[in-house]
Amino acid sequence: MEPLLSVRGLTTRFRTDRGPLTAVDDVSFDVAPGETLAIVGESGSGKSVTALSILRLVPNPPGEIAAGQIVFEGQDLLRLRDREMQSIRGDRIAMIFQEPMNSLNPSLTVGLQVAEPMRQHRGLSWAAALDGAKALLQKVQIPDAESRLHTYPHQYSGGMRQRAMIAMALACKPRLIIADEPTTALDVTVQAQILDLLKTLTRESGAALILITHDLGVVARYADRVIVMYAGRVVEQAGAAALYRWPQHPYTRGLLASVPRLDGPAGEQLVPIHGAPPDLAALPPGCAFAPRCTRAAPGCLDARPQLHAARGDATGHRHACLRDELGVD
Amino acid sequence: MPPAIDTRACAMSSASTDTVRPGGAGDALLRVDDLKVHFPLTRGVLFKRAVGMVKAVDGVSFAIGRGETLGLVGESGCGKSTTSLAVLRMQPVTAGRIVFEGRDITAQDHGSGTFRRRMQMVYQDPYGSLDPRMRVRDIVGEPLVVHRVTASRAAYDERVAALLATVGLLPAMAERYPHEFSGGQRQRIAIARALALEPSLVICDEPVSALDVSIQAQVINVLMELQQRLKLSYLFVAHDLAVVRHISHRVAVMYLGRIVETADRDTLFREPLHPYTQALLSAVPVADPAAEARRARQVVRGEVPSVMRPPSGCRFHPRCPQAMDVCRQQDPALTELGPGRAVACHLHGGAAAIAMREATSA
Repeated sequence: MEPLLSVRGLTTRFRTDRGPLTAVDDVSFDVAPGETLAIVGESGSGKSVTALSILRLVPNPPGEIAAGQIVFEGQDLLRLRDREMQSIRGDRIAMIFQEPMNSLNPSLTVGLQVAEPMRQHRGLSWAAALDGAKALLQKVQIPDAESRLHTYPHQYSGGMRQRAMIAMALACKPRLIIADEPTTALDVTVQAQILDLLKTLTRESGAALILITHDLGVVARYADRVIVMYAGRVVEQAGAAALYRWPQHPYTRGLLASVPRLDGPAGEQLVPIHGAPPDLAALPPGCAFAPRCTRAAPGCLDARPQLHAARGDATGHRHACLRDELGVD
Repeated sequence: MPPAIDTRACAMSSASTDTVRPGGAGDALLRVDDLKVHFPLTRGVLFKRAVGMVKAVDGVSFAIGRGETLGLVGESGCGKSTTSLAVLRMQPVTAGRIVFEGRDITAQDHGSGTFRRRMQMVYQDPYGSLDPRMRVRDIVGEPLVVHRVTASRAAYDERVAALLATVGLLPAMAERYPHEFSGGQRQRIAIARALALEPSLVICDEPVSALDVSIQAQVINVLMELQQRLKLSYLFVAHDLAVVRHISHRVAVMYLGRIVETADRDTLFREPLHPYTQALLSAVPVADPAAEARRARQVVRGEVPSVMRPPSGCRFHPRCPQAMDVCRQQDPALTELGPGRAVACHLHGGAAAIAMREATSA
């Protein structure tokens, strides 16, 4: 199947006081229509900048997409004029951010904000767009949607605001929804409600979902495929089941071993990853994880590892660890 | 699992427990009885008048034994952080009693209290809680100066070096500033400072939730090792249930100012009784797609209501999938079901439930 989105060699740099740093470094991946792809990583891994790059929302300056292609429905988004990109954003590609209070306008009613994309992209009248907004608020299970239409974001709870954001994202029936840590600011019981809703509605509409998160549990519950990022690079990509069952990259393995599980043995020593994520402005020439890696070989520090198929794998499970090539195991 | 915990569990079950209290052993290090922290809601600028009361903590009782970790979990607004501030005596209490190391400290405050050397705190944000202009030496050693613990410069340096070593940092790091450290290292510096005065109780409020996942385990391990070595007690306040399960011996679940369920760690996570505990547990995804697919899940409706207008009867009833008529009218008391195990739910421990249990056991 033709991918809906095909990212190739995406490289995004930022100018900083300490020199240029590469936040996203030669990242490539595909998203198939209707699939949920999780991008996992810690702070500084480049997962959010990858999302902003796809939407061409990287602040410039100091940021700049330095190289790559982002082919969506057959056209390279990086070659579009700003106006053309604007007509795609919120229409064919929608986004949901972490903190809905910052992405909703506090001085406009929720109804107007949910209706806005339908006016903008579909040319509906305000009356028709508000009708559509009401239907959307019902769809995201906001009780009493009719009167809620005329209230302001501060009158909504955190979960309701994120529901309103989902309604807004769904307004123009996008083919791709990018959700960046959509529930990190919410309580766990509400987090489950919101992610269930997001998953159901994207499945219903056939849209693909890029779910950006640091939470390995959320990935396990909702993702079809996973990309693990570290220091701006993709270190592993696989189907969700395969990634948890046969994690290949030492960073992925380390992450899975360092997180306590609700169903795991309690009270046992966790195996932490030593050290801290690297400074992006001063990366080692070889593997960015090598300084923290318990299994690093001398060669790991010199050569930059490329993504390659896991040994004996034909399912698209790829990782960027040199150990098997160096004959170390 | 260290064997010490098993013996404590045995001791617990043989102890007579007349009131409901997690860790309700007779020689509790900390004992909190019917703690209430209410905030008046005021209106008016010049003539403030009280128009209501926010019952942030409303009748909470628990105890922590020596060398024990009590996990306090719940969602926003449940009162877990207010409870920890009240225990530290940084928050005036409306009613109740706080007994620490055998002395009633309810009337004391943190600034002048004689207890405060023995009770320390580790905060959530290791970026905000360390003064960026101070060297690590002075951050960790400040309590020693304030309380005039060390007699000489040499003794001071030696103590600071020992404290840094205790949390797995190098003595040479004493000369550096906080910005030179990662989040995990900063949190270890904060722990070293908390240990400077040799406390018996450390209150940890979300100590790892601001840290990257790969770093959290470093801090959790340090806390657990220190507990083994120094026989520390922790009040561990957190929202991450997997972390709480990992580090706690006993757990109390809070909802809107109340403890709704309390039990030893294994019992609570194996067999949660309160529908809210069940909902909390099932809401947390497990990092294993195969296990996720097998899990039965119970998603509760709605969100935590405002603590300013708590629901009538059981505070959880509007969201509870098993709510009955009695739940709307009567507030269920926290009722003991077994040693160290209590739940505040009409399904368990109410008159009807007790009658039913007796009928089935007869």
